[in-house]
Amino acid sequence: MTKGRIHSVQSLGAVDGPGLRYVIFMQGCPLRCVYCHNPDTWEFAGGQEMTADELVAKVVRFKTYFGKDGGVTVSGGEPLMQAEFVTELFQKLHAQGIHTALDTSGILLGEKVEKLLEHTDLVLADLKFTTAEDYQQFAKGNYGHVRQFLELTKKMRIPIWIRHVVVPNMNDSLASMQEVKDIAEEYPNMRKLEFLPFHNLCQEKYDTMQIPFPLEKTESLSQEALNELVSQLK
Amino acid sequence: MSAWNGFKGGVWEKEIDVRNFIQRNYVPYNGDDSFLAGPTERTVDLRNQFEELMRQEHENGGALKVDTDTVITSTSFGPGYLDKEKEIIVGLQTDEPLKRACNPFGGMRMVRQACKAYGYEVSENIENAFRYHKTHNDGVFAAYTPDVKKARHAGIITGLPDAYGRGRIIGDYRRVALYGIDRLIAEKQKDKVNVDEKRMLVGSIRLAEEVSDQISALKDMKTMAMQYGYDISLPATNATEAVQWLYFAYLAAIKEQNGAAMSLGRVSTFLDIYFERDMANGLLDESQVQEIMDDFVLKLRMARHLRTPEYNELFAGDPMWITEAIGGIGEDGRHLITKTCYRTLHTLYNLNPSAEPNMTILWSQNLPENWKRFVAKVSCDTDAIQYENDDVMRPHYGDDYAIACCVSAMRIGKDMQFFGARANIVKMVLMAINGGRDELKAEQIGPEMPIWEDEYLDYDKLMERLDVYRAWLAKTYVSAMNIIHYMHDRYAYEKSQMALHDTTVRRLMAFGIAGMSCMADSLSAIKYAKVKCVRNPETGIVTDFEIEGDFPKFGNDDDRVDSIACEQVEKFYNELCKYPLYRSAEHTLSILTITSNVMYGKKTGNTPDGRKHGEPLAPGANPMSGRDTSGALASLNSVAKISYRYARDGISNTFSITPESLGKTDEDRVTNLVGIMEGYFKQLSHHLNVNVLNRETLEDAMEHPEKYPNLTIRISGYAVNFHRLSKEQQREVISRTFHTSI
Repeated sequence: MTKGRIHSVQSLGAVDGPGLRYVIFMQGCPLRCVYCHNPDTWEFAGGQEMTADELVAKVVRFKTYFGKDGGVTVSGGEPLMQAEFVTELFQKLHAQGIHTALDTSGILLGEKVEKLLEHTDLVLADLKFTTAEDYQQFAKGNYGHVRQFLELTKKMRIPIWIRHVVVPNMNDSLASMQEVKDIAEEYPNMRKLEFLPFHNLCQEKYDTMQIPFPLEKTESLSQEALNELVSQLK
Repeated sequence: MSAWNGFKGGVWEKEIDVRNFIQRNYVPYNGDDSFLAGPTERTVDLRNQFEELMRQEHENGGALKVDTDTVITSTSFGPGYLDKEKEIIVGLQTDEPLKRACNPFGGMRMVRQACKAYGYEVSENIENAFRYHKTHNDGVFAAYTPDVKKARHAGIITGLPDAYGRGRIIGDYRRVALYGIDRLIAEKQKDKVNVDEKRMLVGSIRLAEEVSDQISALKDMKTMAMQYGYDISLPATNATEAVQWLYFAYLAAIKEQNGAAMSLGRVSTFLDIYFERDMANGLLDESQVQEIMDDFVLKLRMARHLRTPEYNELFAGDPMWITEAIGGIGEDGRHLITKTCYRTLHTLYNLNPSAEPNMTILWSQNLPENWKRFVAKVSCDTDAIQYENDDVMRPHYGDDYAIACCVSAMRIGKDMQFFGARANIVKMVLMAINGGRDELKAEQIGPEMPIWEDEYLDYDKLMERLDVYRAWLAKTYVSAMNIIHYMHDRYAYEKSQMALHDTTVRRLMAFGIAGMSCMADSLSAIKYAKVKCVRNPETGIVTDFEIEGDFPKFGNDDDRVDSIACEQVEKFYNELCKYPLYRSAEHTLSILTITSNVMYGKKTGNTPDGRKHGEPLAPGANPMSGRDTSGALASLNSVAKISYRYARDGISNTFSITPESLGKTDEDRVTNLVGIMEGYFKQLSHHLNVNVLNRETLEDAMEHPEKYPNLTIRISGYAVNFHRLSKEQQREVISRTFHTSI
C-alpha cells in the first residue's frame, strides 16, 4: 500500500470547498508562489507518512458533520505530486460515501492525474497568474500545464471552482482581475469563481523557518476592498 | 373562570400542572424570523436609561449603590422603578434601580466583606439583628470535619456554597401566572394536612415546617405585588399580567435568595399561549408583544446581588445566571418552538447583546430548520447564547425541564438541586504522587503514604494510588455537601422558590470536577511518554516533572487519551455514589468551572503534562488551550466522548471560532454553524458555548473597553460582558484556543 506524506490535517475546514470539510494538507510542492502561506509544506522530505486507510479512519469520525454538502478536501503542498496516493484515498472515501475535493494548482499532467480526477468530485483550481511569464516569475511554474489541466477537467466534466489570490500592486488591477474572470468563464464546468484577498499572516512562519518572505512589505488586502473590486467586474 | 377563557382544559385545571397546560395549548411555530418587530421608541428610551446606569455602575467600581440598613426579604423594600411612567413590567429588588442590598442569611462575613469592598459598612442595625440570628455560614462551620477544612484550605475542593445562598433552585414561576397565589396557597394547605397526619419524626416535622414557611412566602408575594398596586391572588387574565405575575414570583425569589445561580426556567412557550390569545382577540399587535418581552428582559437585566471580590474571582462578571431554557422537543414529538422563543432571543437585538438572561437553546436534531438557522445567526451576531442537547436530557428529565446555572437540568417544580462546586481532580493526581501532601504547601491533607519513590512515574502504580485518594476525596466532598445542605435548609431555606415546587420533590446533589483535561493529559504523558519526578530537596515532595518524548493530548479525537478522561470521570462519579446523601438526594456530576479554572490554576502546582504552577486549567471539559491542534471538530469530538450518563449535571464546552474560518458569507457561516452543532450533538454530547469572534477584537476590547460596551462572550456555561472580567481573566480568555483556518 502506498503511503502518503501528510503535512497536517485540519478537522474543520469551512472555506475550502462546500460545507464543512476535513482538510488534508499534503507535503511537498514544486511551485514557489511569492504569496505562498504554507512554506512549511514545500519540502518533499518532510511531513508524516500515513496510509490511506489510516486517514480514512480519521475522516469517518467526522462524517456526522459533513451534512449534504461537506466532505474532504485534499490540499497542500501540491496533491498532484502524490496523485497515486490521493487516488487511493479518494476511492476509499467514495466507498464511505464521502465527497472529495482536490485543491490544486493543476501544475501536473499525465495518466496518474487523469486517474485521480476520475475519483474527484470537485476541483478547487488555483489559477494564480494569467501569463506564462508571470507564472514563471512569481510561481516558478509552467502556465501551459495549468491551462491543459483545466482543459482536462472540462473534457472530463468535473465541476471546478476557480480560485485566485489578489495581491495588492501585483494583480489587483481591474484589467488583470477581468482577465481571470474571462478565463474562468471559458469553462462550462466552472461552478464558482472565488477571489481571495492576499494576507500577510504567514510572515511568522517564514520568520520561524528563517527564509525571506518575498511579499514582506506588501499590505494585506481587506475583504471589503476586494468586494469593491469584484463588484466592478463585468 | 374568565382568566382561562379560550384555553383548552385538561388535568391542569384540577391539579397544579403547568406542563399539561402548555401541552394542551401551545402552537408550534415553523416559520422564520421575518415577523419580529424592532424596539419601540419607549423601549429605546428605557434601554438608554438603563445603559447610562450601567455606565455609572461600572465607573463606580462595580456597584451603583448599596443599602446597608435593610435586610432584604421579599417585602422589606418598597417599590422601585426605572421609569415609573414608561415601564410595562414593574418590580425591582430594592427601591432604586441597580441598588444592591444585604442578604445576611447565608452568612454575615460575606456581607461585611462585600460592603467593605464597595466602600460601605454594614449598619449597626443589621449587625445587631444578626447577633441573635445564626446564619447558614455559622452552621456549616460549626459542623465541618477536619478533613473538609483541610481539603478546602488546600484548594482541592473549592467554591463550596458555605458562605452565601446555594442557588440553583428554579421555582416554577409560571404557576403564579396560571393559578394565582390563592389557589397555590390552597394546594399547599392541603399538602400540610397530609403531612400533619404522618407520625411526627425528623422528616415529617421538617416538611411540616417547610410547607408552613412556603405558605407564608406565598402570602408575602401577594404583599410584595400589592406594593406595586397589583393583586396577584387570582390568575393572570391577559398576557401583560401573565408576564407581570411570573416576574413577581421570580422577583420574590431573587429578593429572598442570593444564590449563585437563579434561573428563570422555561417561560417563553408558556407565555406564548397568552400572547397568542391576546393577539387573536385583537388586544395586542406584534410590536406590543415584543415591547412587553423587551421590558420583561430589561427588568431581568437589572437584577443584582451584593458580592465580594473573592466571589468574583470564582464567578467573574457579576453573573446572576438568569437562565432561560428555550425550545426542545415534546414527549409527543412536536417541537416546542413558538414565536415567543424568537421574541426572547430578539431582545438581544432590541436591547443590545447582553450576558443576562442566560439564553440557553435546547437543541434537538428534530427542531425546525428555520429555528436552527435563526439561533445560529443570533450566535454569529451576539455571542450571547449557549446550546444544550435536548436529545440527551429529555430521556432523564422529560419535556418540561429547565437549566439551573449553566448546564444543570431539572424538571421544573419537581426537582431541586443541592449545588456543590467542584473538586480539582488534577490536584488529586498530584496528591496521589505526594502521598496525600499538598504539592504547594507541603502539608498533609489526605491519607498518608510515602512520597513517590521511583525516579519515573509509572501509570499502573499511579492508578492504584489514585484509587486511594479518589475514595478519600469523594468521601470528604460528600461530607462537605451533606453538611452544607443540611445547614442551608435549616438557616436559609428557599421558602419562596420551594412554594413553587410540588411539596414532594426529587433532590439532586450536584458535584463537580475541575481540571479534567489537564488530568487526562497528565496521565497520558505518564502512560505514553516518560515522566521524571523533580523533587524539592528539603521536603522530598515532587514539585515538578520532566517529560521525555511526546504523548497524545485531549482535544484531538485521539482515543488513547480521550479514554483516560472518560474513565476517570466515570470512576469519580461511581466513587461519589458509594456515599449516601442528605435527604436521599441523587448523585450528579458536572464538568464545569465557570471562570474558576483561573483560580484553580493558581492553587495547582506543576503538573505532569508540562503545565506550570499558576497557569489556568482549561474551563469545563475543554481541552487545554493550544493543545487541540487538529482543528475544531476534532476538539469537539473529544469532548463528545464524555458520557452524560456519568455527568448528568452537565459537561460544559466552550468553542471559539473566528468568523473568517466559519465561512465566507453570513449565509455560509450560519449554514456551517448549524452543521457543526448537528454533528456535535448527534454524538450525544451535552453542551456548547459558541463564540464567533476574533482574538484581535478581544485584545482591542481589553485596551479600549469604551469601544465595546456590550461585547458579550460565552465562557464555560454562561455569558459575560467582557469588560466586567478582571484583566487576568481577560488574558485567560484571549489565550484560549480560537479555531482558525487560513
